[in-house]
Amino acid sequence: MALDNAEILKIAKLARLQVNANQVDDYADSISSILDLVDAMQKVDTDGVAPLANPLDAEQRLRVDEVTANNQRDDFMAIAPKAEAGLFLVPKVIE
Amino acid sequence: MSYTTIAQLSQGLKDGTFSSRELTQDVIADIKLRDHQYNSFITLSEELALAQAEAADKRIAAGQAAAMTGVPIAHKDLFCTQGVRTTAASKILENFVPPYESTVSQLFLDTGAVSVGKTNLDEFAMGSSNENSYFGKVKNPWDTNAVPGGSSGGSAAAVAAGLVAGATGTDTGGSIRQPAAFCNLTGIKPTYGRVSRFGIVAYASSLDQAGPMTHTAEDAALMMNVMAQFDPQDSTSMQMETPDYTANLNDSLAGLKIGVPKEFFEAGLDAQVAEATMNAIKQYEAMGAEIIDISLPNLQLCIPAYYVIAPSEASSNLSRYDGVRYGYRCDDPADLMDMYCRSRAEAFGEEVKRRIMVGTYALSEGFYDAYYVKAQRIRRMIKNDFVNAFSQVDVIMGPVTPSPAFDIGSKTSDPVAMYLEDIYTLSINMAGIPALSTPAGFVNGRPVGLHIMGNYFSEAKLLNVAHQLQQVTDWHQQQPQSLQGA
Repeated sequence: MALDNAEILKIAKLARLQVNANQVDDYADSISSILDLVDAMQKVDTDGVAPLANPLDAEQRLRVDEVTANNQRDDFMAIAPKAEAGLFLVPKVIE
Repeated sequence: MSYTTIAQLSQGLKDGTFSSRELTQDVIADIKLRDHQYNSFITLSEELALAQAEAADKRIAAGQAAAMTGVPIAHKDLFCTQGVRTTAASKILENFVPPYESTVSQLFLDTGAVSVGKTNLDEFAMGSSNENSYFGKVKNPWDTNAVPGGSSGGSAAAVAAGLVAGATGTDTGGSIRQPAAFCNLTGIKPTYGRVSRFGIVAYASSLDQAGPMTHTAEDAALMMNVMAQFDPQDSTSMQMETPDYTANLNDSLAGLKIGVPKEFFEAGLDAQVAEATMNAIKQYEAMGAEIIDISLPNLQLCIPAYYVIAPSEASSNLSRYDGVRYGYRCDDPADLMDMYCRSRAEAFGEEVKRRIMVGTYALSEGFYDAYYVKAQRIRRMIKNDFVNAFSQVDVIMGPVTPSPAFDIGSKTSDPVAMYLEDIYTLSINMAGIPALSTPAGFVNGRPVGLHIMGNYFSEAKLLNVAHQLQQVTDWHQQQPQSLQGA
């Protein structure tokens, strides 16, 4: 399955990856070749086969709703690229 | 340091032949002296290691030592270590110092093992050659023109070079077993859910599993005794007792039924690797095992299904790297969208970006059923093949890789050629069963691994089967020529 450049740019936007004009052809080639590889699946008859998400078919285990971790807010703020007064700073989103 | 096992170091510490501090100092000095040849470490944690060693010496003196107390090991740089930089070999985490400890590394701290540092890997564990690291390629100690395998290539090279006796790895599609095979080690991927994933930088959450990489099956059992614990912090961790993995190493293999799938020996397998693999399997006949031809008819489908499921889960997991809370942020973002897109584009490597894009496509509107759900249906067919096989046989054996370690740079231009390297290992992660690689000889001076696969939670049996081979062969004791006499 070959992807055109517009499709590559759409995927890149969904993936939040900047792709420059001079890289689009390379991505189109390499991602198309990967999709060619995975398209071998489409010929397989999987009717009646239930999808397998967890290899043990295990259910998500739930725990008792109780406080188990200490407040580590300062530790987590300390490793942020930009933080101030207990807040993560990002470019302005509201005019 | 010559060929030394965890069991030997443990004995030496117990006997007082050397202290953990002396041993740890030697190990760190050796890494500083020799690792420039292999690039197997990203970060050394010398001060912490020496403090851990001193604490271990006190425990040993007080008669409170466990088997691994005082033994220096290394962790793949995918395990979060509190206060020690954890990079996943990515620029995006180049300066990330985790505020918390992964469960696996915590369990080793609890038992008094010494962590000397963090080993190199393919970025975010995506790769089969350890050529995708932001911190440079790793070289194979058996031949520095060859790749060590990936993604746990730094752990494999560090143990193969004798820098440490054991290291942790992770295996999403072969990332413990393939580098173990390429570097002449024992490496086991446990059953999905056996070892906690808490604090391991996530790649594909339904496939990821951590395990040990060592010279011997006995050493792997000693590390499994520490690692394989139920963890309430990992919702997929199985709530079950941990057996003593060393207890059954010496069990007789008389009557063991070994399945050999014909699909593992078809076109694409190097003839000399096939010969070495069959030669290793034949060793078991003398032990009273029975070799049975079997079939895993859907084996070939593991490649397309894996390269949908793993990138899909990766694209979701890696969406957390947004430049807001931790990790790399681009300079002077124009707005929020620009910050997301440029931070990620500037700091993820090419293979990581490719897999994010493939996964994003597979999960996008209109394609989800045709790709992700289809792959999950095929995943069940692959699992069912193994379930059927294990109704006939106790273990399955075959090659780990289609060829011995390939030359650095020989497959980097074609991602699909690199993906085909994983043909024998991917299906194990898809099914979630345990499997290991144990040394099985050499082809043109490069090691070959024997792949031993078992039913769910049969790790002790797999280690028993590998240990018995290691009692009658000496492949696992061979050392790279460059280290002989060192």
